[in-house]
Amino acid sequence: MLAWTIYISFLGALALMLLPKGSVRVARILALLAAVAGFAVTLGGFIQQRSGELVTVARVPWVPSLGIEYHLAADGISLTLLLLTGIVAISGILFSWNIGHRTKDFFAFYLALIGGVYGVFLSFDLLLLFVFYEIAIIPKYFLIAIWGSTRREYAAMKLALYSFVGSAMVLIGLIAAYVVAGAKTMDLVQLARFPFPVHFQMWAFPLVFVGFGILAGLWPFHTWAPTGHVAAPTAASMLLAGVVMKLGAYGCLRVAMTLFPRGLGAWGFHVLGFGSWRDVFALLALIGIVYGAMVALVQKDFKFVIGYSSVSHMGFVLLGLMTLQQIGLDGAVLQMFSHGILAGLLFAVVGRMVYDRTHTRDLSKLETMHLSKVIPFAAVTFVLAGMASIGLPGFSGFVAELQVLIGAWRAFTLFAIFAGLGIVIGIAYTWRAMQKAFFGSPDQGSTTGDTGPLQPISMPERIGAIILVGTSVAVGLYPQLLLRVIVPALHTPVFDGLWRGSGR
Amino acid sequence: MNFLPPITCLTIVPLLGAVAVLAVGGKSKKLARAMALAFAFAALAITLVLWHRFNPGSGGLQFEEVHAWIPVLGVQYHVGVDGLGLLMLLLSAIVVPMAMAASWQIHERIPLYFSLILMLEAGLFGTFTALNFFHWFLFWELSLIPAFFLIRLWGGPQRATAATQVFLYMMVGSVALLLAFLAIFLCTGEFDFMDLGEIARNGQLLPALANISDLHKFTAEKAALILCFGGFLGFAVKVPLIPFHTWLPAAYAEAPTGTTMLLTGTMSKMGVYGFLRILLPIFYVQLRLVRTPLLWLAVATIVLSAYAALAQKDLKRIFAYSSINHLGYCMLGIFSVLKFTGNDPALATEKAAALSGVFLQMFNHGLTAATLFWFVALLEKRSGGLRGLHDFGGLRKVAPVFCGLMGIALFSSLGLPGLNGFVGEFLIFKGTFPLATWPATVSVLGLLLTAIFILAILQRVFSGPLQERWSEMPDLTNGERLALLPAIALMFVLGIYPQLVLGVINSTVMQMVQQLRF
Repeated sequence: MLAWTIYISFLGALALMLLPKGSVRVARILALLAAVAGFAVTLGGFIQQRSGELVTVARVPWVPSLGIEYHLAADGISLTLLLLTGIVAISGILFSWNIGHRTKDFFAFYLALIGGVYGVFLSFDLLLLFVFYEIAIIPKYFLIAIWGSTRREYAAMKLALYSFVGSAMVLIGLIAAYVVAGAKTMDLVQLARFPFPVHFQMWAFPLVFVGFGILAGLWPFHTWAPTGHVAAPTAASMLLAGVVMKLGAYGCLRVAMTLFPRGLGAWGFHVLGFGSWRDVFALLALIGIVYGAMVALVQKDFKFVIGYSSVSHMGFVLLGLMTLQQIGLDGAVLQMFSHGILAGLLFAVVGRMVYDRTHTRDLSKLETMHLSKVIPFAAVTFVLAGMASIGLPGFSGFVAELQVLIGAWRAFTLFAIFAGLGIVIGIAYTWRAMQKAFFGSPDQGSTTGDTGPLQPISMPERIGAIILVGTSVAVGLYPQLLLRVIVPALHTPVFDGLWRGSGR
Repeated sequence: MNFLPPITCLTIVPLLGAVAVLAVGGKSKKLARAMALAFAFAALAITLVLWHRFNPGSGGLQFEEVHAWIPVLGVQYHVGVDGLGLLMLLLSAIVVPMAMAASWQIHERIPLYFSLILMLEAGLFGTFTALNFFHWFLFWELSLIPAFFLIRLWGGPQRATAATQVFLYMMVGSVALLLAFLAIFLCTGEFDFMDLGEIARNGQLLPALANISDLHKFTAEKAALILCFGGFLGFAVKVPLIPFHTWLPAAYAEAPTGTTMLLTGTMSKMGVYGFLRILLPIFYVQLRLVRTPLLWLAVATIVLSAYAALAQKDLKRIFAYSSINHLGYCMLGIFSVLKFTGNDPALATEKAAALSGVFLQMFNHGLTAATLFWFVALLEKRSGGLRGLHDFGGLRKVAPVFCGLMGIALFSSLGLPGLNGFVGEFLIFKGTFPLATWPATVSVLGLLLTAIFILAILQRVFSGPLQERWSEMPDLTNGERLALLPAIALMFVLGIYPQLVLGVINSTVMQMVQQLRF
């Protein structure tokens, strides 16, 4: 049943392409229907699955001579991320209701991207996973290059190049694993059981981890993220930050860490105080957290603040993965979900509610507009999203980052303290952006008159914002909703190697 | 009511109210106000039912609810009240409608204003009932957000600075609290206040803390002191204790007066409550080590704030400093009971007296300070925003009822026998003298200074020559008199018959004294 999430999205994209030119209204509604249907299917699967165990969805031979199968399956982690994709997809369409330029093409690319993402989260055959991963890159490029804003060609090209370099690294690692295992299978579950030689894992692990990590915003390979997020149209930013970055983190956990768990173990010698790849990546994640937050603190462009904040928050995901603690991994998966929702919401406020109305993202110009009075709904939404994003209890971010921090404290105490510093800087940049964008100081109010009246916030925007805020609050107040499936999923046989072989 | 969990209902009512007022209140101002008031009264009614059903013979928790919440983090939904919690619930439920009445003339974004007040009320109820750190912290922060926006959006000319200051101070305090409790969780695996208190009493806290102290090469005793300081900082900012008080005068003065009533009447009590419910049971060993400096900190709070109040010209600022002063007595009482008494029954009685005094003082100060700020609001309404000490004079002649009633509130604040303020302060001093003689003696100076600035207000504002411009000032309307009546009546009732409150808190006080024996 879950496989239909993929088919519905691709069929929707196909149908949109076949629509006659200029049928804007039909295109929107069709896209929304496809997204809602995909979400409904996911939700059905989510409710049916009681424990988060691995459940096979579809399994047919594809290239029998190479042992490649069309193997779709889902465990609690996949389900959590599928749910995220569904929610962000729906709200993304609601926030693109005003797209007028080549509407049907826009939504066709959009749905194709969603279909690819669903595919990645469901694939349990490595080649299939890689195919869907590549499919997701193409629409991203066009969405930014055609409908983007600031330096869109540059940003689209940068994003595509980074993605391709990353996938090339992943591909080399996967092929090497296929050859070394010699078992004529690309099945993730079977390969995860195969005892790869340690020296092989030691180079394959960093290769694949960095390959996926590029898309997850791993410092110092993160630079595509802020420029890409800023240039993309609102819905694409929401998907990029909300879902596509999760593809990378998901790949790190699902492929790199489960296939090559001993690559995380100790080298047996120390270089500059690092004793394993785990130490190296934990430090890179930490640098991402603090650096992203500090850069966000000094941005002049409102959207860049959110772009860099994504780098910082994704650092928590990667740090959580590197703790190799049950609680840290729980936190990392929950943070993927939480950041997906919140980044989507923040980009919606900045891109759709503010930029589409004021046509500027310059914080010093926004400061003179008193937006909290002109579009109070946007102000309230941003305040809520900001509170959630700084990790205020009651919102999803708190539980997620708390678990990561606890895991980090147990694994690398000193890092946990610096990550805490990252949260404090997070409060500062969110605060600064909120003050400047919405609550400008009265003495600078002399230029208020020239903006003219702004369009009021439309109904689709309101619904989209309410969906996202509601999700974050629901998960924040009752995280068991997701942890119910995430925790058992981390104890399925796929992760046995990780718990056993990582040399904790 | 028997089939519904009462405390959960109590917390949900204002939250529902906040949503409802925001959703429906856009249509008409009157509707928004009336709805908000209705929800506040509903909450008051539930509190009164709780008060009625509360068994005063038991010092333990009542109306407890325990449900699993986030098993991975050891978080439970655990709520319950004892005498202290119940008293604070009642205080919040009383002050909120008063604050709403005092905010009647707010004319901008009315639904949002009242919705934020209800949200703040929910935060207060949650803070006073939650017994698991996670759950408690959620509401602790939830109450900060509405307070910030109430100041930021409806405050006076300096509101931006004042709101930012409040936010920063509170955030630093909260972060310190959070870090301290995370460390405790990592060592003990517990977030539950009751269990943590039990662990501390059994002497297991230090061995548990040895885990982290190994890592950083300092002793478990030192680690415990640092964690204790983290918690202390969070609560000391909220109360506030000097020198963590500097956010307060600006915040109280700039906030719309209805909000100031909430800040002083209820939110400052969150800090004192935190000391009593959380810090004292878990860290009494550590606090006892630094008892003497803490006592003198309380004395400094009492004396210096009263002295600062003398120098103020703005009525709101005078009452702001006077608030710090009154809460200083609470802190003096709390720190004095840290004294090691062993099994000495006489000293145990003194401790019970001091603690009863602290509880009473919390309630009385909440009631009196809120009422005083309400009078300032009424005065501002008549004077067009003026509230300086020297702006008035001779008001007794034009507004005798106003001056009479405000006089009662002022005398209650001063601690005149027969009014509520007296009993609490009397009990605190009675208990503190034998437990901490010198600090208690010096803080009597605070009482003296308070008397001076209160009498100065009486003299400057009510007596003297009537200024020309106020000759037309209207007296209290019938509606205002009616609204103020319950508050004033309660001052007399509690002053004459404090047993009403003492009866409910007695068992809780006894249990606390029992636990603090060692």
